[in-house]
Amino acid sequence: MNFTPNRKIQPDIKPVKSVDLTMTEKYRLENGFQVFTLNLGTQDLVKIEWVFEAGLAYQTKTLLASFTNKMLSEGTTSYSAFEIAEVFDRYGAYLSTNIDKDFAYVAVYCLTKYLDHILPVLTEIISAPIFPENELQTLLNKSKQEFQINLKKVKSLAQISYPPLIFGNGHPYGQKAEVEDFDKLNRNDLLSFYENFYLSEQSKIFVSGKTDQQILRKINHAFERIETHQKHQLAEPDFSVDFSTRKHHKIKIDDALQSAIFVGKKMFNKHHPDFIGMQVLSSILGGYFGSRLMSNIREEKGFTYGIGSSLYSYKHDGLFSIQTEVGSDHTDATLTEIYHEIELLQNHLVGNEELSLIKNYLTGQLIRGLDGPFAVHDKLKAAVLFGNDLSYYQEFIETVISITPETLQKLAIKHLQQNSLIELIVGK
Amino acid sequence: MIKFDKFSLENGLRVIVHHDPSTPIVAVNTLYNVGSRDENPDKTGFAHLFEHLMFGGSINIPKYDEPLQKAGGENNAFTNSDITNYYLTLPKENLETALWLESDRMLNLAFSPKSLDVQRNVVIEEFKQVYLNQPYGDAWLLLKPLAYKVHPYQWSTIGKDISHIENAVMDDVKAFYNRYYNPNNAILVIAGDVETNEIKALVDKWFGSIPAGENIRRELPSEPQQTKERKLTVKREVPANAIYMAYHMSERKHEDYYASDLLSDILSNGDSSRFYQKLVKGRKLFGEINAFLTGEIDNGLFIIIGKILEGVEINDAERAIKQELELICNETVSEDELTKVKNKVESSLIFSEVNILNKAMNLAYYELLGDAAMIDKEVEKYRQINVDKIQKIAQQIFRQGNCSTLYYLTNNS
Repeated sequence: MNFTPNRKIQPDIKPVKSVDLTMTEKYRLENGFQVFTLNLGTQDLVKIEWVFEAGLAYQTKTLLASFTNKMLSEGTTSYSAFEIAEVFDRYGAYLSTNIDKDFAYVAVYCLTKYLDHILPVLTEIISAPIFPENELQTLLNKSKQEFQINLKKVKSLAQISYPPLIFGNGHPYGQKAEVEDFDKLNRNDLLSFYENFYLSEQSKIFVSGKTDQQILRKINHAFERIETHQKHQLAEPDFSVDFSTRKHHKIKIDDALQSAIFVGKKMFNKHHPDFIGMQVLSSILGGYFGSRLMSNIREEKGFTYGIGSSLYSYKHDGLFSIQTEVGSDHTDATLTEIYHEIELLQNHLVGNEELSLIKNYLTGQLIRGLDGPFAVHDKLKAAVLFGNDLSYYQEFIETVISITPETLQKLAIKHLQQNSLIELIVGK
Repeated sequence: MIKFDKFSLENGLRVIVHHDPSTPIVAVNTLYNVGSRDENPDKTGFAHLFEHLMFGGSINIPKYDEPLQKAGGENNAFTNSDITNYYLTLPKENLETALWLESDRMLNLAFSPKSLDVQRNVVIEEFKQVYLNQPYGDAWLLLKPLAYKVHPYQWSTIGKDISHIENAVMDDVKAFYNRYYNPNNAILVIAGDVETNEIKALVDKWFGSIPAGENIRRELPSEPQQTKERKLTVKREVPANAIYMAYHMSERKHEDYYASDLLSDILSNGDSSRFYQKLVKGRKLFGEINAFLTGEIDNGLFIIIGKILEGVEINDAERAIKQELELICNETVSEDELTKVKNKVESSLIFSEVNILNKAMNLAYYELLGDAAMIDKEVEKYRQINVDKIQKIAQQIFRQGNCSTLYYLTNNS
């Protein structure tokens, strides 16, 4: 082509209006477990993930939930830890265990052609773990070392220390581990946590990849023989503990070159009518590269390599926080600017140009989060675990597209009053 | 198999198009053939600082990020010793915005003094955050100059010293841009639900008129063979003693690379690997220990890093590593053990192709190495390695005189 393009003007763009997520199915196995499947992708791969209501909130002592989860693959009735590792390595499969405040996850990624070798082992890991003492000791050594290293990082130390300040030490979401806790865990604790919280009928299975009936039959066949555990008679943790606390906290590290700064508060989860609106507001404030905090504190002043704000949605509660690491000399100036940016959101309407940008960015972000079967898997899981289905994302798009500057200002006034925010500084 | 089409513009820009109808987004990856190895020894950290400046506005577009975000896109970039790589993803309907943005900053930058001032500070904070204010953060800053005495891999991408970044001036910035940021020094990959014909027309429209630059011949000093063991001990405020070992090895394109990679997998990839089974689980000497390759284009390093458990003598820990290395030099590994790590290589390559951006990045990188089509021959190259080759490569790499060791100790040890 021989004409010169007009470089001054952005080519036409099309905003995202809808999202196509129709490739899922769900059903129940005979023993009650719910299965959610997703047929997508171009490669012969499959991901199988179990989700149990066995997150950190359910533990009666710290580290218990996470070690029960990590130890599932460290030995079962029929396989030693080494044999399990051998099978996964031999067939190039990956096992990943993970935990958050509400749920425990066990996922396997494998080439479809090796599924027959992996399924029996996965079934054992889920249904017949024995938590051997020697393996537990190795894992505790390793994790204790990692934990001690993390305590030397201002950001990690702030991450560990912040939830108790927000929720309170007594709250299931406010627990905090100490170095000594690594010496207090034994295999009996793990066994009883496993019995009480794994394999209840509420357990869910997510299967994604290029799946077909034959693959699903194999998976069903393997899992429908697993016995469910009786729903435990234990008291549910008390999520109602309310905690009022000091607003300013500091952990002094004399030789730190940077300070970690956390500013935030207890908020609410996805079920709250203001949640999506707050997501938009939080994005304007610190949710993307062009956000106000990034523009001001990184791109304008050069105080930091990065600053961000996020909303965290848990099953029974939520958290909002702004997080950054700044040069030690810039700590006070950064705090001033953070509060200043919040005030601007309370005192002035967000301009139309900025608002239309953030709407396109957020809907685009949703689309970008749907790249490939495993990415859609995560979106599906996030929706299902909050009692939604994939139509949640259409609702998200519609709410985002229709939000007004007035609504955002109201939300800023309602939810981000400076005297409600809790500040933690880790550094000089 | 990753299928793709490839063509070049008259100005030398190489373009690769990968068609994948299964994704709603498109990935655009622009690789510039310049990294920290191309820096002047007195002005290190420059390639990376420059990467930051590429977001400071181009000749016709004052802000890079804003229009992209408006189009629902997201981007980032990284710099390493060999390359500077810019990448973005956006809904496929808005692809043209990406080409508009990338072509304008390839055409010319705004060179705003304010952007240079700010990004200098941002990079200094990055230096502190990643390298200085983290336990073990400066280990690579110490290990690389121990292993390399002549080749520019001796300095890290962030730079030798903060002062090099502080002293960067606009003239340096312009000279660097004029030399390296030209279409003939770049590879553009577009991947997603796109057709080559439409891409050809769009790329021609936006990139066709950008003038070519001078062709660059890279003449880097090659590292002489190391014959004597090197050791360095430092003490820092860290919770555990650590040992870092670096052995010289082949360049990326050499056939020895594949055997070396499998060797590192046998030692430490996965929970069934030798290091994990024997040194972490069995003898309980390390909290963690890893063996891996730096994987750089010129002669690279075979690295072993171990974090030693409390109460274990550093000499015992080091001896245990050496025993494992001797064992693999003296006794051939079993066919079975080798097959296991080959399978794992194959599966990790397939898994890396699940995501469209990864595919785009991989294609660009292999094109830089010589030909994007190499990507599909990788598994075969690994499959061809036999157990004798593993032993031979182990003997070649794990010579005492070829090793640089950094003892990174706690203050109270």
